[in-house]
Amino acid sequence: MELKQPSSARPAPNTTERTITEQKIVVRGVNKSFVRKEGDLRVLEAVDLSIDKGEFVCLLGPSGCGKSTLLNIICGFDQPTSGAVEIDGQPVLGPDSRRVFVFQEYGIFPWASVWDNIALGLRDRSSEEQHRIIDHYIELVGLKGFAKTYPAELSGGMKQRVAVARALAVSPDVIFMDEPLGALDSLTRLQMRGELLRIWQQEKMTILFVTHDVDEALQLADRVVVMSARPGRITEIVPVELAHPRDVGGAEYGRLKNHLYGLLGVSHSV
Amino acid sequence: MNPWPYVVTALAVATIFLARKLRDPWARVLLPLSTGVLFVCLWQFMSDWKNYDVTMPDGSSRHVVILPTPWDTVLSMRQPVMDGKLLQYIVATLNRVAIGFGIAVVLGVPIGLWAGWYSRGFQAINPLIQALRPISPIAWIPLAVLWFGVKDASAIFLIALSSFFPVVTGTMAAVRTIPVVYVRSAQNFGLEGLELFRRVVLPACLPQIITSLRMALGIAWMVIVAAEMIAVDGGLGYLIMDSRNASNYERVLGAMIVIGLIGVVLDFLMRQLERSDEVRWGFPNLRAPEKLERVRRVSVKSTH
Repeated sequence: MELKQPSSARPAPNTTERTITEQKIVVRGVNKSFVRKEGDLRVLEAVDLSIDKGEFVCLLGPSGCGKSTLLNIICGFDQPTSGAVEIDGQPVLGPDSRRVFVFQEYGIFPWASVWDNIALGLRDRSSEEQHRIIDHYIELVGLKGFAKTYPAELSGGMKQRVAVARALAVSPDVIFMDEPLGALDSLTRLQMRGELLRIWQQEKMTILFVTHDVDEALQLADRVVVMSARPGRITEIVPVELAHPRDVGGAEYGRLKNHLYGLLGVSHSV
Repeated sequence: MNPWPYVVTALAVATIFLARKLRDPWARVLLPLSTGVLFVCLWQFMSDWKNYDVTMPDGSSRHVVILPTPWDTVLSMRQPVMDGKLLQYIVATLNRVAIGFGIAVVLGVPIGLWAGWYSRGFQAINPLIQALRPISPIAWIPLAVLWFGVKDASAIFLIALSSFFPVVTGTMAAVRTIPVVYVRSAQNFGLEGLELFRRVVLPACLPQIITSLRMALGIAWMVIVAAEMIAVDGGLGYLIMDSRNASNYERVLGAMIVIGLIGVVLDFLMRQLERSDEVRWGFPNLRAPEKLERVRRVSVKSTH
């Protein structure tokens, strides 16, 4: 079994110690404000972040803290008011199929079958290649036998699996996920987290995952980026140096959980 | 006095009450059938109630019918059915509607897609469309005759004009309300330009476009009488005007009924478009009314 073992000597983020080659995403001094009649709304303030290749990073923060906005900027759907985002040393100018965004509302097309949805990013491939790739990912996300089904007949969890398969099919370097499990029931959510980790360990892409769920962040991430309420700033970046599968009842897990709740300004014990 | 309307009315009312208890294939057929029968009976009562003899100045007596009876209406259609005139008129009208509606779709859908996608386009043409839309097609008749003469083209113009607005407004609204996630997903996978339109914008709008086409065809069919008031030779609207001029009110009613029945068939055909896999997702309520009915029937018992 291959487990991601974060080295305990991982340098603190935002330092220049790390070599350039292992940095996948670099966010430099990103500010974002929306112009409004009642005055400008500052959403992000001085966000600096660097993410390594193959890393699983969670953006954690209260609702409306700008974490989704940050993700949209990094993906290229939105532009920062000031500051810059680089991926592989290149400035991000717009969305790119090497970096796929998975939406909370799935974003899969209801007018297309599961097969056609996954084929979206494979338009340039030959028909045999399409078949090979699509069959592989349909099986990987556990949707075997549903290739011809339309999304309306699928449950929420299955729809999200289609979205994940569609993203994986183009072998992206980076997957952005904006609360992708937020619309699912808690059991399906747990199960999907496990499958997401399995796929990540297998495919070794970089994942940037937005959530407001402390447990979700702790179960998934190599590092948790905690953001403050509006205007969104990075409060602290918390490394989670626990091997998968993580013991959610363990002492270290509990300590980190308390720490994260503390950073979010709420008491964990009710 | 004629006893049959009373008997049939009683039967129809009884069926309506009984049909509520019947299983679905029976209730579904019997209920609309008995309301239809009831309607015909009421029509018969109305005809019997208001008709009287008028004594003319020269002393002769004349029977005035305010509302022809259902049976006289049926009899009046005998001749046009037998000599093939009715079929010929139906074909002529369907032909005009097909061409007029076709023009409206061919112009309306692309313009709607364009103006829905580009907000500058919408800003430019929407006020104009909203200003032209409420003008009744009847108001256009003088200009239509001036431009196209007393010919088929005038009628087609009126039909195209009146069905164009629902098509263009519906299509615009459809494009403007496409969920952002669909467009972003498409852009993420590198779709742009025509391919984005063909693979995402058009399919995302198709259910709403189909609904607007259905409405537009309904309006086109409604406009035929006005459009064929222009003295074109032939057509169901013409049949109404022609019968009126001949004081044949039985046939006026008969033509009205034919228009209504064909309208039902056209709407049924349009509804079949909603059933294909590519658009069915856009009509989640296709079978929902029955479901809602079951929900309503649940009685809430208080527990004391």
